[in-house]
Amino acid sequence: MTVALSIVVDGIAYGMILFMISIGLSVTMGLMRIVNLAHGGFALLGGACAHVLTNSYGIPFIPALLVSVMAVVVLALPLERLVYRHIYRFSELEQVLATIGIVFIMIASVNLFLGSTLLPIRMPPVVSSPVDLGFKVLPLHRIIVILAGLAVVTALYLLVERTRFGIYLRASVDNQATAASLGIDTPKVYLAAFALGAALAAFGGILGAELLPIEAYYPLRYMVLFLIVVAVGGMGSIIGSFVAALSLGILDTAGRYLLPDIGTIFFFLAITAVLALRPNGLLVKSS
Amino acid sequence: MKRLCASLLVGSIALAAFCSTAVAETIKVGVIATFSGPNAIWGKQFQEAIQVYVAQHGKEVAGNTVEFVYKDVGGPNPDASKAAAQELLIREGVKYLAGFDFTPNALAVAPLITQAKVPAVIFNSATSAINKQSEFFVRTSFTLWQVTVPAAHWAASNGAKKIVTAVSDYNPGVDAENAFVSAFEEKGGTVVEKIRMPLQTTDFAPFLQRIKSSGADTVFAFLPAGPATFAFTKAYNENGLKQAGINFIGTGETDESTLDALGDQAIGLTTAQHYSAVHDSELNKAFRAKHAEMFPKSTLNPASVGAYDGVHLIYKLIEAAGTDGSEAIEAAKGLSWESPRGPVSIDPASRHVIQNVYIRRVERDGSRLVNREFDVIESVPDLGFSR
Repeated sequence: MTVALSIVVDGIAYGMILFMISIGLSVTMGLMRIVNLAHGGFALLGGACAHVLTNSYGIPFIPALLVSVMAVVVLALPLERLVYRHIYRFSELEQVLATIGIVFIMIASVNLFLGSTLLPIRMPPVVSSPVDLGFKVLPLHRIIVILAGLAVVTALYLLVERTRFGIYLRASVDNQATAASLGIDTPKVYLAAFALGAALAAFGGILGAELLPIEAYYPLRYMVLFLIVVAVGGMGSIIGSFVAALSLGILDTAGRYLLPDIGTIFFFLAITAVLALRPNGLLVKSS
Repeated sequence: MKRLCASLLVGSIALAAFCSTAVAETIKVGVIATFSGPNAIWGKQFQEAIQVYVAQHGKEVAGNTVEFVYKDVGGPNPDASKAAAQELLIREGVKYLAGFDFTPNALAVAPLITQAKVPAVIFNSATSAINKQSEFFVRTSFTLWQVTVPAAHWAASNGAKKIVTAVSDYNPGVDAENAFVSAFEEKGGTVVEKIRMPLQTTDFAPFLQRIKSSGADTVFAFLPAGPATFAFTKAYNENGLKQAGINFIGTGETDESTLDALGDQAIGLTTAQHYSAVHDSELNKAFRAKHAEMFPKSTLNPASVGAYDGVHLIYKLIEAAGTDGSEAIEAAKGLSWESPRGPVSIDPASRHVIQNVYIRRVERDGSRLVNREFDVIESVPDLGFSR
């Protein structure tokens, strides 16, 4: 019983981190239909910025988090206007090549200025203090991430499903020409959505750094993880990504608790099975 | 005419041979390491240590000028390593090879150095079996068995009764597990559980939960330095293992290149290793001071001392044997000197360095974290060579 509870708690905590770092990709890749492999790059830049602010300038964590997310947005805006705008029209393979090129530039820049070692983000010590739940001890940080993940999924769901911006976004993605002829400023919608994706990447990267530490090769190291969550969740489905991240987190954790030696194989076999049964993702109906 | 040509040829060959032994020349040393990509830290540490040694001792050895030629192989890549060695030996005409961060890179050059009779001084690769692959390998770093067995013996004689091993599931990890388990059981300890963790994992909470409920008093961990160690030590603290009184013992997890990134959570971690940047000796102080002067943003780690001693060894071999590879290897056997890590010598049987293994604890020293040595196991040979 204790083991089952531990699996659920640890799995949800891990899944929530998976969700936080992948949700930005779900926005750009799922909603905007661009294969944005540079997603992890934005998380890296946000994390590197937070590292410099907290470690070199001694700025407290919360302001550093906000400044870093803003900095990534400020960087993403001209990038969208100058580079990504052209990438939207590319074929999928070309998008892959172009965005992976952007990743390499981001990695090399971070490597040049900060080196290839770990870039820890200093948090208040209380964040890493263990909290006793009775049947198991959980660091406070995980609880914060769980709450932040719930807040993000709610806000994002409301944004896409219930606001005018969400309607514009879905319309622009479905049929750009028709949306534009109805008076929707599609370039602006794309710009805003792209900035949102980058901001979420940076936010997730910084909050998830306790588990997936930031270093120059972060975007390549965890790329498969981001892509799995989005693929299993179903392109463009925010709730799908959420469910996928949580189930993958619980599944992976269960594998590690019960079958540590073959945990990884177990994880990938399960993903293969899911994608074989539901090629468009967990919650997306086949069209 | 033909005869004249032949005798001229013979004469010039004889002259060339004469020149190469008696007249001063430039002796090239080829350094094969990783200078780009995620593991570029290895090449950087090697190169810095080489430059510090040269700055302290000059580049003249017995009248010859020593020149280092660097070749990047971009990570664990045996094919690139082999190609780099070929190029260095044939085109650059190097008389010594050096470097080698990853085991596969060292193994790949074994046939080449045997054929060319060129000594290769290994600055890092820590698998015992490498030195069996060629008579021309000499190693100035350490092997897994060399540091893991002392770690197990030390733990056993310092109160550890029941132990869990938690290693990353890859060759060095499995090696370390075998070494630790056999040495610990030899001393009468009990191994409660052996856990192998997937290499890519960064969420260690499940494993630490297992360790906690296993009833062990100590955990032996072996993970690659970097993200895995970072996440493991974090989880070790956050899951309350420290409070539960479960001790940590490791080997290279608290490498100086990533130690500061681990942060205060690393304080108190106990490891067994052959070199700490704050080893207390005059020689090490001089090494550290010169290094800090030349590379103020960098820090010394075991890779640095491997390279520093490697260059020292190459200088000694050039002094003794010039460019004669076979003679150089003979000269290396039994050679002993004072290193920044303490007294060392080359074991004639394994051509591997015999050295002290120190038990260290992570402490805060001003703004930095350091591995403070507090116990020592003296003159340890490569315990894995004869296995």
